[in-house]
Amino acid sequence: MTDTTTAAPPAPAVPPVHTAPRPLARRARDWLTAVLFTVPALVLFLLLVLAPILYALYVSLFNWGGFGAPSDFVGLDNFSRLLDDPVFLGDLWRGLLLVALSVGLQLPFALAMAVVLNQRLRGRAVYRMLFFAPYVLSEVVTGVLFSMIFAPDSGLADRVLGAIGLDGVGGLWFAGQDTVLPTLFLVMTWKYFGFHMMLYLAGLQGIPAELHEAARIDGAGPWQRFRYLTLPLLGPTIRMSVFLSVIGAIQLFDLVWVVTQGGPDHHSETMAVTLFQFGFKRYQVGYASAISIAMFLISLVFALAYQRFVLRRDTEGALTTMRTTPVRATVKRASR
Amino acid sequence: MPASERAPLPASGAASGLSRRRFLGTVPVAGLGVAVLTSCGDSDDSGAKDGSGRTVVEWWHISTSEPARGLWNARAKAFEAAHPDVRIKVVTLENDAFKSKLTALTSSGKLPDVYHTWGGGVLKQQVDAGLVEDLTDSVSTWIDTLVPASREPYEFDKKTYAVPNDIGAVGFWYNKALFKKAKIASPPTTWVAFLDTVRTLKAAGITPIALGGKEKWPGMYYWAYLAMRLAGVDGMQQAAEAKDFTGDAFVKAGEHLEDLVDLAPFQKGFLGAPYSSPTGQAATMGNGKTAMELMGQWAPREQAAAGKGIGDDLGFFPFPAVEGGKGRGTDVFGGGGGYALRKGAPQEAVDFLKYFVSAESERLLVKGTGIIPVNKDAQDALTDPNLKAVLAMLNKSTGFQLYLDQAYPPAVGQEVNDSVAALIAGSKSPEQVTRSVTQVAKSQ
Repeated sequence: MTDTTTAAPPAPAVPPVHTAPRPLARRARDWLTAVLFTVPALVLFLLLVLAPILYALYVSLFNWGGFGAPSDFVGLDNFSRLLDDPVFLGDLWRGLLLVALSVGLQLPFALAMAVVLNQRLRGRAVYRMLFFAPYVLSEVVTGVLFSMIFAPDSGLADRVLGAIGLDGVGGLWFAGQDTVLPTLFLVMTWKYFGFHMMLYLAGLQGIPAELHEAARIDGAGPWQRFRYLTLPLLGPTIRMSVFLSVIGAIQLFDLVWVVTQGGPDHHSETMAVTLFQFGFKRYQVGYASAISIAMFLISLVFALAYQRFVLRRDTEGALTTMRTTPVRATVKRASR
Repeated sequence: MPASERAPLPASGAASGLSRRRFLGTVPVAGLGVAVLTSCGDSDDSGAKDGSGRTVVEWWHISTSEPARGLWNARAKAFEAAHPDVRIKVVTLENDAFKSKLTALTSSGKLPDVYHTWGGGVLKQQVDAGLVEDLTDSVSTWIDTLVPASREPYEFDKKTYAVPNDIGAVGFWYNKALFKKAKIASPPTTWVAFLDTVRTLKAAGITPIALGGKEKWPGMYYWAYLAMRLAGVDGMQQAAEAKDFTGDAFVKAGEHLEDLVDLAPFQKGFLGAPYSSPTGQAATMGNGKTAMELMGQWAPREQAAAGKGIGDDLGFFPFPAVEGGKGRGTDVFGGGGGYALRKGAPQEAVDFLKYFVSAESERLLVKGTGIIPVNKDAQDALTDPNLKAVLAMLNKSTGFQLYLDQAYPPAVGQEVNDSVAALIAGSKSPEQVTRSVTQVAKSQ
């Protein structure tokens, strides 16, 4: 590769600025190019991401019905109202519960299925496809499907239970205050475990067979190989899937809206559902914006903390290869 | 090759120092400029003239199901045929999509020329924001052809802001066969008798009432009717104006509803049941599994659509009178649909409204879709005995109360729905309901 600045241009009309190798000017030009190329993306980011967030923040300080310009400034009233709202506090509790259930039950289940389907097994491709299929369905379709399946008495679930003599076992499903959240979690698991299973499968494929072979030769049993070999090497994948699962649980909306609209009596309501209720049903846009800001902050704090404390090991490896210092080190080593 | 990299660009005049790199640097900026320009060029043709010089009237309606949709659009075509200089641009939207889209448009300050409205608090908000055309003078010559009760939801301070095209009311729909099976001679006319009817039905092994608890508004009807019977239509009005629903009548309404809920009269899983779907309230009633439902004039149609429909077994009786209440048993709770015009809509839009609610047009709508007409001259087209019963109740009405979620500002209406749903689910007391509603009303 030839560098433009090292070769002197033949035309004498060109001002001397271009002739001499001036690192400072060059760097400035590089910067200009970089900035110019970033501007479109940056403008879009400002316009479509940052501006709405700032606008929501602004609106959340008003008691505003969505008509005309916001004028009734109430300061942080909307936020203090949030902390007194039993529905919102319930949302937080239910969100936490769903996160705990997802991470504590759904992901281990997905991991177990992945380990099983990573074995040599007759028809494993069929199983993989079957388990992954629900993920492809839209949440709305899933919701409609399961509200029919879990319809009390007349639904498929109760009929199947009735047919095998378990009449009393089924029941209200989505219609009961105490049963709605477990039923919802069941549907979420049905829909999403296949996706996480696929992630884990991909991770498992990346673990060299030699390692397992070596461990076997060293006398490690199946559990030891899973615990001390598979699990650590699957770490990055697991950490990423936990992250996706938690963010998904925090933002859960479509499924709940279609199946229960947050009912019965708010027992399946999530933050996003409450937000929608206030923003688009009650037209209390100021309060709804406060909810959206709260949701944003929760997601942001979680994402940052997770990046900082959990994902650090994974991302650091990726970043260091791009940094200049190790490159210089390699160069030094090469020149030595 | 250093020289080629510095090759001047033919298009540029001052080519001396323009490198390819520098040129490339400008490209994304230019591209962005184009994107910004095109996004500004988006124009709206409503109220303007189209290519052939016709005035465009944009009409938003929510009749998404056939045959109503086809009929509505045919009306627009017929109007265009009679008025060659007008083009009706029809926009058909699903109910909820319409509401959220209209909300967005309302905050931007520009509504469609002619749009669907239920009147009441939502329309009032739009009127207060200065977005709705005052129709008082432009419709004065023909508005009297419409039933007075149907016009009430669209009038504020004696001014007309929208024109109704149908009307309806809520009452009990009951299964005559199941009543007969439980040996109930006639439908109840008082609340005490109503509770007895529920007990009798239960004793006969029949689920008395179908309720779609998931959607909340079907439950609100009970509380609203009870409050109306106890406070009277005037009392409802006063409470709305004073933003105070803590009065005795409203607490009592909750207590009466609690009495009903305590009898466990609803179908299994009613808290999660929707209104119109194969597992919902309408289907439960339409499949003959419950004896009653409290619903509007569209109930027979939905029963047949979501379930099988019970045909001649279906009967109708008004909401019973409540002992000791100020309201009369002939006061009616209901509402209908109408159309409002945006501020500054062309005169052709008014002409179209007049055409759409004319006796000739209404007769077609009655025959095609089974609405209850607002035009007095079209009432003879109604043949369905059940709808005639609703119309008879409307014609005899001594007072009219619009659906609460339409009459009150949206936040208050939703709070009523939500609190009453909580009362039915057993998590709020009658006093708590009135306090929650009052609190939201005062914050508006």
